[in-house]
Amino acid sequence: MADMTFAQAINDALHVAMTVDPNVISYGLGTDDPKAVFGTTSGLRKNFGEDRVFEMPTSENAMTGVGIGAALYGMRPVLVHQRLDFALLSMDQIINNAAKWHFMFGGQRSVPITIRMILGRGWGQGPTHSQNLQAIFSHIPGLKVVMASSAVDAKGLLLAAIFDPNPVIFLEHRWLHNLRGDVPPGDYRLPLGQCNVLTDGGDVTVVSSSIMTVEAQHALTFLAGHEIFCDHIDLRTVSPIDWETIRRSVRKTGRLLVADSGTATGSIAGEIIARICQDCWSDLRSPPVRLAMPDFPEGASPSLTEHYHVRAEHIASSIARMVGRRIDPDELVRRRTNPHDVPGSWFTGPF
Amino acid sequence: MSALPFLPNPGSLCALGTDILFSLKRIRSVEEEIARRYKENEMRCPIHLSIGQEAVATGVGLALKTSDLAVSGHRAHAHYLGKGGNLNVMIAELYGKVTGCARGKGGSMHLIDETVGFMGSTAIVGGTIPIGVGLAFGMKHKRTDQLTCIFLGDAAVETGVFYEAANFAALRKLPVLFVCENNLYSVYTHLRARQPAGRQIHEMVSGLGIAGSCHDGNDAQAVYDTAIEAAEAIRRGGGPRFLEFATYRWREHCGPDFDNDIGYRTEAEFLEWKALDPVAKLERELRKLGHIDDSWLDRTTRVIKAEVAAAFDAARLAPFPAADEAYKHLFSES
Repeated sequence: MADMTFAQAINDALHVAMTVDPNVISYGLGTDDPKAVFGTTSGLRKNFGEDRVFEMPTSENAMTGVGIGAALYGMRPVLVHQRLDFALLSMDQIINNAAKWHFMFGGQRSVPITIRMILGRGWGQGPTHSQNLQAIFSHIPGLKVVMASSAVDAKGLLLAAIFDPNPVIFLEHRWLHNLRGDVPPGDYRLPLGQCNVLTDGGDVTVVSSSIMTVEAQHALTFLAGHEIFCDHIDLRTVSPIDWETIRRSVRKTGRLLVADSGTATGSIAGEIIARICQDCWSDLRSPPVRLAMPDFPEGASPSLTEHYHVRAEHIASSIARMVGRRIDPDELVRRRTNPHDVPGSWFTGPF
Repeated sequence: MSALPFLPNPGSLCALGTDILFSLKRIRSVEEEIARRYKENEMRCPIHLSIGQEAVATGVGLALKTSDLAVSGHRAHAHYLGKGGNLNVMIAELYGKVTGCARGKGGSMHLIDETVGFMGSTAIVGGTIPIGVGLAFGMKHKRTDQLTCIFLGDAAVETGVFYEAANFAALRKLPVLFVCENNLYSVYTHLRARQPAGRQIHEMVSGLGIAGSCHDGNDAQAVYDTAIEAAEAIRRGGGPRFLEFATYRWREHCGPDFDNDIGYRTEAEFLEWKALDPVAKLERELRKLGHIDDSWLDRTTRVIKAEVAAAFDAARLAPFPAADEAYKHLFSES
């Protein structure tokens, strides 16, 4: 085990993948620049050479297609976008080709491409550097969509994504890049399509992913001090979803809260609630709760983001209400020492 | 090059011109049969026929090695057959049968036969261009002597992804042969409404750093010679080449009929191009050279007719995919 940040864990996973398999290539805007995509691609070029690690033209759509073609030729490309928002230029190649190839040619060939996309937030990222569009990718059959919430998961899920035979959209929240944790050495892989049960409670089932898992952890630690104990399920893979784990928990707790970093309408949270209402209606003891972002873009000014995001205090008070308690979550707010638009003192932008 | 498996009598018919004519006639016959049977409503998918412009697919297809790879777009029957794609599974695919090249999941616009290097055609204009470049990236990475042929039309050079992909192919000097069939129309819209007057596609592409040239797309022998020369240059490490071929689609954009009466082009224009029929042209020339005679033509017609009839018969008799196939092949397990 080594203590490292989420970003270092991503970097570690890339080094391992490229060592294990000479067919892994790593490219994208910023891959080999001095900032190395927030440090996640540091050292790759030096260790694996310019044939396997390279900058690309600002051609997101074609370079996604190039990755698909290289994958069909037997390689395992890892493409990175410093913001998900930039990858929107490549939706044609992702949806019409990567997601379809295996199905539309009768199962002959799959496309083992991994596309990393970084999700922005705060520090004035504004409407087009902060979109959490996991629901859009999850809506496309044939794509796997992964959202890691810790350093160890970042490594294990990225390695699993790279060696999965199918296209995987790997979403990294920028605010998690400095999160520390113990990470196992070597080729450590976690299964895709399986949730991670973080805590075993019984009062409420809380489902979350990525940054919302961290917010929920703060909320649940606080609530445990008030004798409220929850099942906390981190999705890890937001598509396809590990329904059985969620159903099993809801059958026990009878209550479901889903926290989502995307906007509410058409969200993963909405999908989970719809499915659980259909599958576990008679188990539910109170209306499920969806906590997600408002159906507006994120504004740039700090004054516009102050109340925009779902945070630990919102999760805590919602859970308390679900179990018929009134708990003032102000302590959670007071505990926060950094300004609302940054994840911590380590982050002072620019992005 | 001459020993194509479908030749009626390879021992006596090894002259290249006759190989080209055979392939041309075969592709023409297949598509005429598709057109003839389409109104039986058993081929329940959109079809885009190449009748009139088969010389490009034929000449280029014969110039490629089997180990070379190719991708194409929605009008791909000829490219697939020219590259050596299996006729039976293509026709079965049009009929939506489980024996089809994509098990009925793709239809006419999604043809694939990896055994001969035909890596796939897709239905979004420009969609396979970067995929072809990516295949070529793999070839260069693994230092093989293969090349990738990307078939595209005049409208595909209007897509953004074409410029992006061409730029990367030029940047990395990738072994890509771009083959552009300029048939003047994108669906029902003439080139003049889509691209500036006086600008030639191959010249514009040359400006991107890819050697481009323009040729008669109805002269199958010339297409072959041009493609051979370009392929050799690419294999010598010269980077991508772009060949533009002027040609013409005889039938409607999508479907089996002629559509000169609906107002977007004239019967006179069609007749001008029809007079340049690549099949008749090569047949005339080979006859003049004494390479073929009536007996060769009779034999060829008979052989092709039998092969095409057998492909359609087999496709019609083949089973449809089972209902649960609709829910298979989403993800690969290995």
